Amino acid sequence: MTSQARLAWLQSDVGGKRVLAIILAVIIVLPLLNLLVPPDSVFHVSSYTIGLLGKYLCYALLALAVDLIWGYCGILSLGHGAFFALGGYAMGMYLMRQIGERGVYGHPVLPDFMVFLNWDALPWYWYGFDNFYFAMLMVLVAPGLLAFVFGWLAFRSRVTGVYLSIITQAMTYALMLAFFRNDMGFGGNNGLTDFKDILGFSLQADTTKVGLFVASGVALILGYLLCRYVVSSKLGRVLISIRDAESRSRFIGYRVEHFKLFVFVLSAVLAGVAGALYVPQVGIINPGEFSPINSIEIIVWVALGGRGFLYGAIIGAVLVNYGKTFFTGAFPEVWLFMLGGLFVVSTLFLPQGVVGIVQQWKDKRAEQKAHAQGKTGEAVP
Amino acid sequence: MTRQPKRAWWVRAWLALLILACSQTLWAQQQAPDFTAKIADLTTSSFSKRAKAIEAVVALDDERVLPVLEALLEGDLYYRKSDDRVVIAVDAESGYRITDVISGEDLGAVGKRDVKKIATNNRMRKNLRVQIAAYKLVNKNPDVRRTAAGDLIKTPSPEFLPILQKAIANEEEPAVREALKVARAVILLDSDQEVDRLQAIKDMDGYPNKYTLAMLKQLVRQNDDGSYNEPSELVREEAIAVLKGLEAQETWYKFVEDLFFGLSAGSVLLLAAVGLAITFGVMGVINMAHGEMIMLGAYTTYVVQLLMPNLIEASLIVAIPAAFVVSGLMGIIIERTVIRHLYGRPLETLLATFGISLILQQLVRTIFSPLNRSVITPDWMSGSLQVNGFLSLTYNRLYIIVFALLVLFGLMLLLKRSFFGLQMRAVTQNRAMASSMGIRTGWVDAMTFGLGSGIAGIAGVALSQLTNVGPNLGQSYIIDSFLVVVFGGVGSLWGTFVAAMGLGVANKFVEPMAGAVLAKILILVFIILFIQRRPRGLFAIKGRFVEG
Amino acid sequence: MKQTKPKWMKVMAGAAVAASVSMMSTFAVAADTIKVGVLHSLSGTMAISETTLKDTVLMLIEDQNKKGGLLGKKLEPVVVDPASNWPLFAEKAKELLEKEKVDVIFGCWTSVSRKSVLPVIEELNGMLFYPVQYEGEESSKNVFYTGAAPNQQAIPAVDYLMNEIGVERWVLAGTDYVYPRTTNKILESYLKQKGVDDKDIMINYTPFGHSDWQTIVSDIKKFGAAGKKTAVVSTINGDANVPFYKELANQGVSAEDIPVVAFSVGEEELSGFDTGPLVGHLAAWNYFMSADSEANEKFIKKWHAFIKDKDRVTNDPMEATYIGFNMWAKAVEKAGTTDVDKVRQAMYGIEVPNLTGGTAKMLPNHHLTKPVLIGEIQDDGQFVIVWQTEDEVPGDAWTDYLPESSKIISNWKDPKINCGNYNTETKKCSGQNY
Repeated sequence: MTSQARLAWLQSDVGGKRVLAIILAVIIVLPLLNLLVPPDSVFHVSSYTIGLLGKYLCYALLALAVDLIWGYCGILSLGHGAFFALGGYAMGMYLMRQIGERGVYGHPVLPDFMVFLNWDALPWYWYGFDNFYFAMLMVLVAPGLLAFVFGWLAFRSRVTGVYLSIITQAMTYALMLAFFRNDMGFGGNNGLTDFKDILGFSLQADTTKVGLFVASGVALILGYLLCRYVVSSKLGRVLISIRDAESRSRFIGYRVEHFKLFVFVLSAVLAGVAGALYVPQVGIINPGEFSPINSIEIIVWVALGGRGFLYGAIIGAVLVNYGKTFFTGAFPEVWLFMLGGLFVVSTLFLPQGVVGIVQQWKDKRAEQKAHAQGKTGEAVP
Repeated sequence: MTRQPKRAWWVRAWLALLILACSQTLWAQQQAPDFTAKIADLTTSSFSKRAKAIEAVVALDDERVLPVLEALLEGDLYYRKSDDRVVIAVDAESGYRITDVISGEDLGAVGKRDVKKIATNNRMRKNLRVQIAAYKLVNKNPDVRRTAAGDLIKTPSPEFLPILQKAIANEEEPAVREALKVARAVILLDSDQEVDRLQAIKDMDGYPNKYTLAMLKQLVRQNDDGSYNEPSELVREEAIAVLKGLEAQETWYKFVEDLFFGLSAGSVLLLAAVGLAITFGVMGVINMAHGEMIMLGAYTTYVVQLLMPNLIEASLIVAIPAAFVVSGLMGIIIERTVIRHLYGRPLETLLATFGISLILQQLVRTIFSPLNRSVITPDWMSGSLQVNGFLSLTYNRLYIIVFALLVLFGLMLLLKRSFFGLQMRAVTQNRAMASSMGIRTGWVDAMTFGLGSGIAGIAGVALSQLTNVGPNLGQSYIIDSFLVVVFGGVGSLWGTFVAAMGLGVANKFVEPMAGAVLAKILILVFIILFIQRRPRGLFAIKGRFVEG
Repeated sequence: MKQTKPKWMKVMAGAAVAASVSMMSTFAVAADTIKVGVLHSLSGTMAISETTLKDTVLMLIEDQNKKGGLLGKKLEPVVVDPASNWPLFAEKAKELLEKEKVDVIFGCWTSVSRKSVLPVIEELNGMLFYPVQYEGEESSKNVFYTGAAPNQQAIPAVDYLMNEIGVERWVLAGTDYVYPRTTNKILESYLKQKGVDDKDIMINYTPFGHSDWQTIVSDIKKFGAAGKKTAVVSTINGDANVPFYKELANQGVSAEDIPVVAFSVGEEELSGFDTGPLVGHLAAWNYFMSADSEANEKFIKKWHAFIKDKDRVTNDPMEATYIGFNMWAKAVEKAGTTDVDKVRQAMYGIEVPNLTGGTAKMLPNHHLTKPVLIGEIQDDGQFVIVWQTEDEVPGDAWTDYLPESSKIISNWKDPKINCGNYNTETKKCSGQNY
């Protein structure tokens, strides 16, 4: 551990620390309850729950990536699902290649969907994905490169505001249509599925699932620390100034487009990592992930949790998705009313999201306390 | 008719009595029992027997045959279950009104379950259509004669040669005559006389028709063994010359057709986007519920048709104001309850309206079921305007192009020439100033949002004629709508118009080459790149307030 | 102070989360009912088709309960909404099997939803009844396919067009996903075997929900004007059909000139159409509502009473659900338990009457024997049956018309094979998950 002064950027972040602590606790305790406690015990955690929470953790990382650019740099991307899906496809391709000759047709190289559509050779862009490290590199490179090219074009010509939002939407829409095409060689609508194992561990084994779950949690924590570090640095302050007054920042002499490009690519890579961790846990990746509606939903998570707080994004993603899981099971006929109503009510009454409300409430309490005790104290839970 | 049916003695006596009466009447009466018997055969339940029965009816020389054939083709021929009487039925209040085909007697109204339809299959209908066409060659209306000739071109059959010859000789309209000649030519093309074939090809010259084009191509094609389908070189040369002319014509009309397809695709985009050009473009609300306003308009059309089942032809005219009011009111409600609180926070309107769109979708699903609803296309909207054998323009698309332009024109007029438009522009340009000038900005906001939503509702009426009316209708248009508005330049109606038409036409010219999916992807990539060149769209609004 | 507080918090938070989560996951119910999972989308794009099947299962359960349930226990439906979201299908399947502990699942419509659910069902050894016609190339131990395989729909339909109508030129038009792709591959190879020339086959794919058919219909018209009898074999999916047929009608392509035979258009889809202009176009299914049989009449009556709407139609996937449900009920009675492995063994050879007459038999490859019917659309939205196979056609999981697939057979009953993708050349099964 380095000295406390060097970690000041983290020390000051009370809410973040708490959220991180909870995540850490969850990824330590739940695996133990899943693996060690016998299934008939009250304290046993089913692998269904582990899988579900693992999914939420991936969504949380994705939301974090969106909050980094939206909350701190004012870039509203309505196409971030595309980076998530690209990361997912890179991972999916690796998992597909791992199947090897265990596909239903027993073909040594070609995935099943290529066999029955009469492909005779693996397309070139599938080469290398049998190697885990290459695939992981691609998880970072594919979304990163797309973000770089897209961002370079867009920020250089100063496309901002809704124009930027709409063309990010066009980007993910175009990718969705492209991946739906069977001729592209990504399995079309069915996508990539029927994965067997990762790094030699069977995906059906509880230990693998727990491993992926822990990996998602760790990735989320690391991602959070990275984002926190970025926004607390000098760079982060420039980003905020860009968010609040772009022209002014430019006139002061900052190369606005460089800052934006950097943070956009970083965010895309984080989204890609989230996608890569998501795919082995849900067992399928399909072009539906590129759908523009999905990307809008991510924005909703962030807004609901509290934009510009980073940990707010995590809270939002988990809350909305838990709500979805719960409502679709408990009220299958009317859950859309509830979800829709939730969005409307929360935008009207929680302009700063859940975190904002807590913050307000805390501020008020602190004030009262200060009045009562005559000194300011740290808020106690 | 050589067959002599058995008849009771009194019939013969009766016939004898009438023998001096008008010969025409007599002839019909004499045939009557035969006609009755053949018609009765139609009620058989077996399709193959019915096909034979139809042939027998066709062979009868009776003026009552044609109405029967037409009713069969249209599916209006029924028989009464109680006495197996064959009748022609027309829809009436809670059932049918039926007429006996033999006596022409009106049998009054019956319930739907009292009669059973004499169903036909494709093969019968094809045969019927040809037979009816042959009958219609002597129709008084030249358009009917021409259509009949067109039907005969599709199915060359030597049995009609004499009728055609006679029709050509009697025909006075040059256009119909030409069509009849081509109908004769397609039959003669199979003749073993070189002269006939040569004449046939000459008759085809300059007459635009897909079928003759294909026949000529077939004629001059060289088979694998080096022989030609047409043995005579003279005929072949003539065919090649005629073919050249026809193909040039075809290429030209293909271009016109693509242009028409593009414009109609563009006007669909325009209709879908123009409401958004108000709510998003003018007011700055990122209105994700825009698609649902379109959907409400389409459902309104459906409800209007339910309410006036006997006036389907007029239902669309009624549906347009109705949809405007329904969607407009919904828009005003949304503005007053939700969006009002969010001005100055445009991104949050995205979230709230996204929530609203989910609620509206589920609402429709709960009220109308998740199934698509069937909206009937009135007769005046169906079919196509046959310009010639190569080019036909579908009526629904034609009307929609005109309609889209009218809507756009009306809207522009409203914005630029009316007092409300003036207030609206004032509020969007400088809210505080407008307010201090005494404009009720809140009221103007509500009305503007209502206007945009109402126009989306009108678009829904038009779309109900093209596509599914279901809970997902709106979702399939929302992304395209945003793209059009942004591509055209936010806040510019003119830009929306140019963008919609441009994208529609571009799409339709790329599609034949690249396929539907790639065409769409290419268009999207084009928009992304275009926005890099012009970051504020085609028709960027200049001025200060754009930064806000 | 500052150092210790987070630790304490961590433990607290961890315990709280763990407790709440385990409460949620171990909320098991005493086994005095038999739980039946219903996994059909009630929202999203597929709700249009799948909601009806949810209602069908609920009706069948209600009916069974009126008869006294099964094995003396009542059936209890567990309905969830996977919302047309494919990963959610897998999650919900897991929820049904692990949390709700259902004994059987009726569900899925699209192939991708089935593919998504498949690993979950196999891992947790569940039992899924899949009621929709599909592309084949699959035979899982844990799935029973009660819809048609390609040889029970596509090939007989093409035979009908070729032999009865005399079609020589073919347009294979489909939505670009795996069912049309596979079906068209199979048909292409089949047509070529029958001596159809390359030039006489036109293949066209469009995206989901394609709504502007002007160009394609105009191409079809041109293709059909070449002097040979032409037909369109349509595997166009759901929402794209209405605009397609509308465009056909408006451009004057009538069923007499160029008939369209569709594999995804049934009574329910037609109820959302203005059917006037569609009269004469064809569809191939294993069931039509207009089928003349006593069982069908009873079924329709029951359906109308259950759904409280006399205008609702019945369709092929509903019949498939009906057959699947009755087979399962029969197998449970036979096995005397709801244990998946025992019920599975009892399933083979079980016979249940079809609604159209005749019987459906469960084959060892988890597919059914089915009659194939061809119907022409009438203007009341019903089909008139114009042709039907003499006997039931046994479903073939692996088609004989694709090179790789023709080597593979499926047999879950024969202990020597006991697998869903036995390669007759290498004598091996690959990629088994059990």
